[in-house]
Amino acid sequence: MSRMSVNIFIRDAVKKYGENTVIQDLTLDIHGGEFFTLLGPSGCGKTTLLRMIAGFNSIEGGDFYFNTTRINDLDPAKRNIGMVFQNYAIFPHMSVRKNVEFGLKNRSFDRSKIHAHADKFLKLMQIDQLADRMPDRLSGGQQQRVALARALCIEPDVLLMDEPLSNLDAKLRVEMRTVIKQIQNNVGITTVYVTHDQEEAMAVSDRIAVMNGGVIQHVGTPKNIYQRPANLFVATFIGRSNIFDGRIVEAGNGKATVELPTGYQVTFDNVEPEKCKPQKVKLCARPEELIVEPQGAEGLRAVIDDCVFLGLNTHYFVHLTSGETAEIIQESTIDSVIAPGTEVRLRLNTRKANLFNEDGSTNLLTGVQNDLIAMEAGKKAVKA
Amino acid sequence: MKLKKIEVWTVITWIFLALFLLFLIYPMFGILRQSVFNAEGQFSLEQFNKFFSTPYYSQTILNSFKVTIAVTAVTLLLGIPFAYFYSFYQLRGAKFLFVVSILCCMSAPFIGAYAWIMLLGRNGVITSFIKDIFGIQIQSIYGFGGIMMVQALKFFPLVFVYMNGAFKSIDNTLLEASANMGCTGVKRFFTVIMQLSMPTILAASLLVFMRAFADFGTPLLIGEGYRTFPVEIYNQYLGENGTDHNFAAAISVIAILVTAVVFFIQKWATKKYNFSISALHPVQKRKPKGMGGILMYLYCYGLIALAFLPQIYIVYLSFRNCDGAVFKPGFSLVNYEKAVKKLLVRSIDNTIIFGVVSLAIIILLAILIAYLVVRRPNPLNHTIDTMSMLPYIMPGSIIGIALVIAFGKQPFALTGTMTIMIIALVIRRMPYTIRSATATLQSIPLSTEEASISLGAGKIKTFLTVTTPMMANGIMSGAVLSWVAIVTELSSAIILYNNKTITLTMSTYAAISRGNDGLACAFAAILTVLTALSLILYLAVTKSENIKL
Repeated sequence: MSRMSVNIFIRDAVKKYGENTVIQDLTLDIHGGEFFTLLGPSGCGKTTLLRMIAGFNSIEGGDFYFNTTRINDLDPAKRNIGMVFQNYAIFPHMSVRKNVEFGLKNRSFDRSKIHAHADKFLKLMQIDQLADRMPDRLSGGQQQRVALARALCIEPDVLLMDEPLSNLDAKLRVEMRTVIKQIQNNVGITTVYVTHDQEEAMAVSDRIAVMNGGVIQHVGTPKNIYQRPANLFVATFIGRSNIFDGRIVEAGNGKATVELPTGYQVTFDNVEPEKCKPQKVKLCARPEELIVEPQGAEGLRAVIDDCVFLGLNTHYFVHLTSGETAEIIQESTIDSVIAPGTEVRLRLNTRKANLFNEDGSTNLLTGVQNDLIAMEAGKKAVKA
Repeated sequence: MKLKKIEVWTVITWIFLALFLLFLIYPMFGILRQSVFNAEGQFSLEQFNKFFSTPYYSQTILNSFKVTIAVTAVTLLLGIPFAYFYSFYQLRGAKFLFVVSILCCMSAPFIGAYAWIMLLGRNGVITSFIKDIFGIQIQSIYGFGGIMMVQALKFFPLVFVYMNGAFKSIDNTLLEASANMGCTGVKRFFTVIMQLSMPTILAASLLVFMRAFADFGTPLLIGEGYRTFPVEIYNQYLGENGTDHNFAAAISVIAILVTAVVFFIQKWATKKYNFSISALHPVQKRKPKGMGGILMYLYCYGLIALAFLPQIYIVYLSFRNCDGAVFKPGFSLVNYEKAVKKLLVRSIDNTIIFGVVSLAIIILLAILIAYLVVRRPNPLNHTIDTMSMLPYIMPGSIIGIALVIAFGKQPFALTGTMTIMIIALVIRRMPYTIRSATATLQSIPLSTEEASISLGAGKIKTFLTVTTPMMANGIMSGAVLSWVAIVTELSSAIILYNNKTITLTMSTYAAISRGNDGLACAFAAILTVLTALSLILYLAVTKSENIKL
């Protein structure tokens, strides 16, 4: 597997179904050898984009490159892509081996080496004992392995996977995503993976592009996307978030003091100076970023509605005295849990929480790494 | 600027369009034209006027309607309980019941009528027997009652096969849920099971209605004074006295309109029951017990015996000594010897050649059209699909007449050739195979073909190595029945055949009409054995009950 890994460049891609524009001017770089995930709610255009790369969807505008080769008009059969489909698309009338060998037989591959080559990938996916079985006698996980072996066997430039785990049960899903990640690491092939499951995306990806409404919102590492989401949509789509309305009452020197419901005031010392003027804002606090303190301490005034003990953590459901509800996760303590009806204070971890402008379109804090914005800045520079 | 390459499929679309225009639309147009022109070549509606103002003629459509509705009702009454017992109880010999009922409905169209005449007709065995022993003259089998009995016994297996499929798709939990809410037994049968099966009941009714309405052989032999329209068309076109081609064409147009209306009424009715069910927990078959069990067995085996009796009796008669129309004591192969002299070999050859060639063409057409319709939907292909369904509403004798009108003279003189026989057979059976091929392809996810393309196989290679093999199962189950239907075709062949293109069915019919009963039985027996062997071979090879009618 000594093939040079392939970069994918997408420039101003447009997808239309009739008059309906699904994707407008989408630009994206996928680096050679990385595990790249398109993540978003259903209908956000992620599968559409993947199928444009594969060649099964027409491209209404823009350019797609594999390294320097423009592939827009290249026949799907000639793009040298390995694809894993949501329903696996195993040929039901061929044995496992025939399925895996199918791609080799379609190219000028030395006939005498087909058997051995297929064996290599059957072994890699640990399905060599199943080689002569027909697909109707395979479990879901086994079919998944066949699909992967078949896609990798042709030694493609790019591996595309369209929600490959969504048909498996929860336990197998976790097992298979580890398998997929390991194989991708070993083979080192550029991989584009589509999913709507954010936990799965976090587990397998080098980088993630979060999409919504045909527009990429944030491209970055799982860590950055979780900790410093580019906008409110990303913050709420990845992980859980409590959102509160607030107001910057004082700003300057890279600091901003925000007034939150129930009169609680906090100061952020990592704000983007040019974005932070006194204004209305949205505060986003993940459940673990609120700390329950006893009455009398500083914090949001809240009353416990319910608590759920889950072993490692305890979840608290509360409402603020100003009406908003919130969810808090605390590491379980040996003391008894706090009883419903107790009034408490919620202290905010300002190093972890995020602050957005009022319409949620941008994060006001420093540390956001959105490769998309960097790339668009680069593009403008080139044009200029 | 991209120049669109002309795709292979676009070419195929245009080829089909041309073929359908030539072999379907042009002949139908020919019938329409003939129906509105009089003998002097002037436009007139006098034929239609004649039909509706003369009760002698208009009565035929009414008669056809009456007997067909009666037949449809009786087949439902016979077939639904049969299917219910078969699907919900562990009957001994279930496989036998299944195979024999298929054999019954796939027999040549008029063999049932002919056998029942031999049994219950004026000189029938049972008639004479009862007359000799009890001195009673039993009621005449000819007319309404005879048509109804013969057709009902022939067509109830269609209802059975359809309903069996519907009952199998009922999830056991639905029955348990209804029992849980206090609805069991007969009440549950009518309020839950029948309601769930309603789309299938409607589909089966339509099928029976269409087959019975267009059936030509049965009323021809057993109808006598009870005149139905397919026979009237035939008489007007080829009858012994006073043919009137324009009038035959006019009746044909009326018949097509009537069947089209019935077709659309059924489509409309089916829409009201637009739900789909699939069984995750199929119903567990119970063992039949007690008095009910005995009655169940009596009903199922009695019905099958009655339906299969004609074929057995014909085979039996074929070995009896016979001189002309009179059967004599003793057994011999004399009927078969006579048959050999009467073009037996040519009949068998023709039957098999027509069958194989038409079937090959039909399968090819079905695969290609299904692909065009499902994978390349566009207005042109939709038009092809609609056109391919036209023969569904055209009785066979009308197709025969249409082809004679269209291809009886230059520039397309084809009458009397094998080609026109094969064209007729292809047109007759095509809609059924296309339906099952389309349904099969629709159930195959597109991603399987995309997988093949992304693995480097071109479009044509993908179609040949992936799409076609995956469709094979669905098509074969339909094709075997098309084969049997082709082999036993009567209504269009009777218009088109001649001495050179004679088939087994036509030889049988010719012998019957000349009063050579022994000879007729020999031909009919060979035909029966041929169809039975085809079906049994198919069932043995596939080991499935997956038969699409």
